[in-house]
Amino acid sequence: MPGGNILEVRNVVSGYVPTLPILNGVSLDVKVGEIVTLLGPNGAGKSTLIKAIAGILKVWSGTAHFLGRDLTKFETHDLVREGLGYVPQTENVFAKLSVEENLEIGCLVNRKEYPRQRERIFELFPDLARQRSLAAGKLSGGQRQMLAVGRALMANPKLLMLDEPSAGLSPKLAQVVFSQLLKVRDAGVTILMVEQNARAALQISDRGYILAEGREHLQGDAASLLDNPEVGELFLGAKSRLAKTGLGAKSHLAKTGPGKS
Amino acid sequence: MDFLSLLSFLTFFLIVASVYSVACLGLNMQWGFTGLFNVGVVGFFAIGAYASAILTGPDYPDTLLGGFGLPVIVGFAGAVIAAGLAGLLVGFVTLRLREDFLAISTFGIAISIQLVALNFSRLTRGPDGLYSLPKPFSGVSTSVLVDNLFYLAICAVSIGVVYWGLERMVRSPWGRVLRAIREDETAALALGKNVFRYRLQAFVVGCAVMGLSGALYANFVGFISPQDFIPIFTFQVFIMLIVGGSGNNLGAILGGVVVWALWSGSGALIAGILPPTIQTQAASVRIVLIGLGLVLMLLYRPAGILREKRIVSQEARLPDGVAGGRAAGPGD
Amino acid sequence: MMQFVLNGLVLASTIALGAVGLSMTYNILRFANFAHGEVIAIGAYFSLAVVTLIGAGVGSIGPIAFGWPLLVSLPISIFVTSMIILLVDALVFRQLRNKNATRITLIMAAFGLSLMGRSLITLFAGGDPKYYEFSIRKVFELFPGAKIGPDELAVMGIAASAFIGLYFYLSRTIMGKSMRAVAENPVLARINGIDTRQVIRWTWIIGTAFATVGGTFLGHIEQLRPEMGFDLLLLMFAALILGGAGNLYGTVLGAILVGLIDSMSVAIGLSAYRAAVVFMVIMLILLVRPQGLLGEKA
Repeated sequence: MPGGNILEVRNVVSGYVPTLPILNGVSLDVKVGEIVTLLGPNGAGKSTLIKAIAGILKVWSGTAHFLGRDLTKFETHDLVREGLGYVPQTENVFAKLSVEENLEIGCLVNRKEYPRQRERIFELFPDLARQRSLAAGKLSGGQRQMLAVGRALMANPKLLMLDEPSAGLSPKLAQVVFSQLLKVRDAGVTILMVEQNARAALQISDRGYILAEGREHLQGDAASLLDNPEVGELFLGAKSRLAKTGLGAKSHLAKTGPGKS
Repeated sequence: MDFLSLLSFLTFFLIVASVYSVACLGLNMQWGFTGLFNVGVVGFFAIGAYASAILTGPDYPDTLLGGFGLPVIVGFAGAVIAAGLAGLLVGFVTLRLREDFLAISTFGIAISIQLVALNFSRLTRGPDGLYSLPKPFSGVSTSVLVDNLFYLAICAVSIGVVYWGLERMVRSPWGRVLRAIREDETAALALGKNVFRYRLQAFVVGCAVMGLSGALYANFVGFISPQDFIPIFTFQVFIMLIVGGSGNNLGAILGGVVVWALWSGSGALIAGILPPTIQTQAASVRIVLIGLGLVLMLLYRPAGILREKRIVSQEARLPDGVAGGRAAGPGD
Repeated sequence: MMQFVLNGLVLASTIALGAVGLSMTYNILRFANFAHGEVIAIGAYFSLAVVTLIGAGVGSIGPIAFGWPLLVSLPISIFVTSMIILLVDALVFRQLRNKNATRITLIMAAFGLSLMGRSLITLFAGGDPKYYEFSIRKVFELFPGAKIGPDELAVMGIAASAFIGLYFYLSRTIMGKSMRAVAENPVLARINGIDTRQVIRWTWIIGTAFATVGGTFLGHIEQLRPEMGFDLLLLMFAALILGGAGNLYGTVLGAILVGLIDSMSVAIGLSAYRAAVVFMVIMLILLVRPQGLLGEKA
């Protein structure tokens, strides 16, 4: 169903500590075949949203549907079988397991396909093929990120969620990761990612959402977001550092006020 | 049962309960207020008991130390100091370890102390134990009841002094730091607090109080041997603290009395119900029941009878029994 | 000298068989299971029950004073003990996990279950020592001045093959790899579709199987007592800490060292204090290397 929604999030409220919600009723759609980027200041709830979708955090209220099925009814370990892949920001590989073992764990739900899938990933990330017996903890930062993505691709996800795939990488390596993500999308995987590296992320994205205070604050196609002066001021221009430290967030929130939505 | 025998039973019961309550107060300092899981309570209890026994006891023909015959109050002070010093030594080694390593190592220390009590007979007379320990005021009257009433008064004073001291400590800025460490060690570290030193201080204070409890026990029963110091004592004190309400000193005292009442009551009950032929199994049945009680308590009423007074601000804390955003656990 | 090394290695075999389960619960369920000693004892007593039911003694194989009845009893007692442990997990530990209980709460529950376990054994089997069979076992000189019985050698061989089997299980099978994954990062494991409940179940079963084998042969070489496992607990913990708690192979190495220290303390005339000596040595090592011998820095 090209063009249909693969993911529909409606008014989701969630958080880590009871009585202290981080998400305050966020809604978002991802269409089949898209790359969608989530932007926003620290504490806006970007990672929290992904964790809630992946079932790591409980959804307190609201709904999340994946291919028409209610995600909140599933256990985290069932989601990968449904076609939902997730790459956390940190600790996203099993450091004590070898590269191959990591990929095998990624293929747990589809074990017959393992040899074929493994070769596919090795083709996509030739670096990994060379290090196949090495413990994942000994890989470089970029290779580790590739392994994390490769591991998530082993189960043939329909939607891949990534939490800051370029975090901690040099701009050059980040570009490599982003171009690999384009390849992944072209292979038929829809992508939803959280990024701080707004410009580079939007450049490969179809659409973007800007989250603030646990709600969607702005949304639009990637080109229009890149041109939007507010976005430019907060994430792309000279003040992008402020946005990262949270100072930008404060001024931003002061400007829009809580009434907006 | 006539009034006098009821009174002597009650006195006896309350004295033993007081011994437990004092140990429970010591544990509350460590576990309740600082979050230090000491599985070696019985070891420090034993050190206090032996210290007081050696200081106040008669001259035994076969030991290196002894025959001091000092006043009981000196014995008590010696017990507090000896257990406190032992706590200092043990804490210095173990308090840098992870919380569950601390549990394992204090468990090991209690076993080591028991081995010393059992085998170092030049000090402890081994399995034969130390006997004829003096009980204060025991010459005042010929009645055991009067003796015991005097001893109960001593226990009450001890509980009062310990309670007063501990309450002052935990309400002081020092006590607030302890709870801050218990709730969030990293945050306390970030505030520039020397976490290890605070922990060590709390551990030593707790051990010293456990030592006093041991001394109260030794001079009451007048005879101690390694059999008095088995791991089940630690277990009992923990149940008392959990039942009473960890982090609450009144709860610790109350827990000592309530659980000791249940413990001795269940013993009498089982002895009454079971046919005489299997009376030997009564002890096992009782332990099974008490163990079951603890597990049920942990499952359904982890905060105890008296909850901790919320001295730390409400918002900063998670609901009872929640470990803190442990989304990482392998829950199911 | 060689004699004490041999004695130490025999002891190490039982410690290591027991410590495997301790190490696995420590790494996968994330708490120090103070009730693991009772798993060992219960396993040993169930073996006794089966051997008694069979009624053919313990048999013999060549010079070894145990044969098919004892070996047949093992899988049966492993099965029964595992079922009991899984029931206890469902009734107690799983409930506590669901409530996000702290590690210490889990330890306390284990402490309570440990006391209950010993008392239940005393209730059902009696408190006095039991034997699978009374027999005078042979001893021969393996090295000049160092004697060992064929039974002890067999037990060491069984322990060694069990560890080799475990190594292959953890490195070759998908469940073994899943266990290592859950031990390292439970959230990431669940994201990958690993059902942690299933992993926890197999963790208990394997730990119990090793404990039962260890307990049964400890009972065969020495005797069965309700406290047989509890008395071993400190030594098993010592092996766990010494090896670096996150490392199963370290635990086996730790067990060998603990066994050797134990028999050395007997050699230098401190037999009454052996548990304390082992423990003090471990504490000294931890002063220098808080993460254990093969452990990683936290």
